[in-house]
Amino acid sequence: MAYSEKVIDHYQHPRNVGSLDKNSPDVGTGMVGAPECGDVMKLQVKVNPETGVIEDAKFKTFGCGSAIASSSLATEWLKGRTVDQALEIKNTDIVNELSLPPVKIHCSVLAEDAIKAAISDYKKKQSSRKPEAVAVS
Amino acid sequence: MKLPIYMDSHATTRMDPRVFEAMKPYFMEIYGNAASRNHSYGWEAEEATEKARKQIADLIGATPKEIVFTSGATESNNLALKGIAEMYAERGNHIITQVTEHKAVLDTCKRLEKQGVRVTYLPVKQDGLIDLDQLRDAITDKTILISIMYANNEIGVVQPVKEIGKIAKEKGVLFHSDAVQAVGKIPVNVQADGIDVLSLTGHKLYGPKGAGALYVRRRNPRVQITAQMDGGGHERGMRSGTLNVPGIVGLGAACEICRQEMPEESKRLRFLRDKLKDKLLNELDEVYINGSMEHRLPHNLNISFAYVEGESLLMGINDIAVSSGSACTSATLEPSYVLKALGAGDDLAHSSIRFGLGRFNTEEEVDYVGNKVIEVVRRLRELSPLYEMAKEGVDLSKMVWTAH
Repeated sequence: MAYSEKVIDHYQHPRNVGSLDKNSPDVGTGMVGAPECGDVMKLQVKVNPETGVIEDAKFKTFGCGSAIASSSLATEWLKGRTVDQALEIKNTDIVNELSLPPVKIHCSVLAEDAIKAAISDYKKKQSSRKPEAVAVS
Repeated sequence: MKLPIYMDSHATTRMDPRVFEAMKPYFMEIYGNAASRNHSYGWEAEEATEKARKQIADLIGATPKEIVFTSGATESNNLALKGIAEMYAERGNHIITQVTEHKAVLDTCKRLEKQGVRVTYLPVKQDGLIDLDQLRDAITDKTILISIMYANNEIGVVQPVKEIGKIAKEKGVLFHSDAVQAVGKIPVNVQADGIDVLSLTGHKLYGPKGAGALYVRRRNPRVQITAQMDGGGHERGMRSGTLNVPGIVGLGAACEICRQEMPEESKRLRFLRDKLKDKLLNELDEVYINGSMEHRLPHNLNISFAYVEGESLLMGINDIAVSSGSACTSATLEPSYVLKALGAGDDLAHSSIRFGLGRFNTEEEVDYVGNKVIEVVRRLRELSPLYEMAKEGVDLSKMVWTAH
């Protein structure tokens, strides 16, 4: 199968590979997929709690070239967005940007799921902190 | 060294230049129909096909009359299974095969099942080999045929063919073997192995595509096969159709070269294969060989690189032509059924690469492939959340995953 130039570029030069401290309250971690299905994505966001802006994003992916490219692209798009803007990223945007063929659409769906999972993890961490913050003030 | 490097010889092989030379005159000079009995064009063509018949027979310990020309191994397998099921229908309706056969056997069996034939699919052990006791137990008084491949096309394991042949003889059941991957590569002898019907093809042994053969035993026992294609009654009535003379000449020449060079060639390929294997195993952790190393074709290596997905690995080694058992590389999006049958888990099937060395591979190429694979596996593991977790000591098998 032929890959688009953008997929090849992300595969050869993946952006934002790595891990953030998953125990930090400002970091949201999303892990989706399953090894037996052939793809697992871990996507992390570091959010500024004051502004709600994503300051850093990292990923690691076990999967085909399109899965790696989808998650790499997602981290690029996440940086600088607010948490709410991040949730506006749709898998179809990824499909269009990377020119993914129909058999690879599930890679983009997985990336969207990873974004949602990371944001939801961040929000959960924040909401569990709030009562404490209220108590202090 | 020319790139990309071809190391996918279980899919097909490059034609040997000597084979091509042998075929050349049979396109435009000696173009007669081998069935034309009344002029020299026909006689010359027939002479050429009869020479090829002997060359093929000599490679597998058969006699020329026992060779039926076909278009390739898919046709040979279809003809063997359907032809025997039909011919021996009165004697019984049970066939025994096994789960890691090629689709040309499995799908033929599926069709026969729809027509009322009962088929037993034996499992394989973790090393890819069948259990002979299970084979013995599966035989009933209705069993007419055992069809077990000689060597597997993905993992290269060689089945205990001699023992299967003995069991078949003991029980009075016919034994067919799809020997496509073995013929020309390791010694195959239908007498010593007790094989009654055998499929082979040209393009896996440095011959042309579109030319294959079915060996059909004529003595002890005399095997009969019902033709599956109607026409001029060629090939002793078993396979009608004008003979593909240039293809057959090429198949014959390829068989003769294999017979002469096999001892040296298999030694050389085994050395290169082991060099590649040792390099990968020494320089990478968590690398697993799929299937028995002891009972294996000398030129095959099938390895899973844990925590790395096969298609992404292929993408990284795109100047090397190999194949993967990963779902992403298959049309069905299912991981290799052969690897799944070994019980190793789908994750290792997704991470597998098949190396098929061949006559034209050099040591320089093998070194290049080893280095390149190591480099890309390391890079992809840096990217792999699974590798990170494994290094942190997380037991991946106990994780709850969001299957999709």
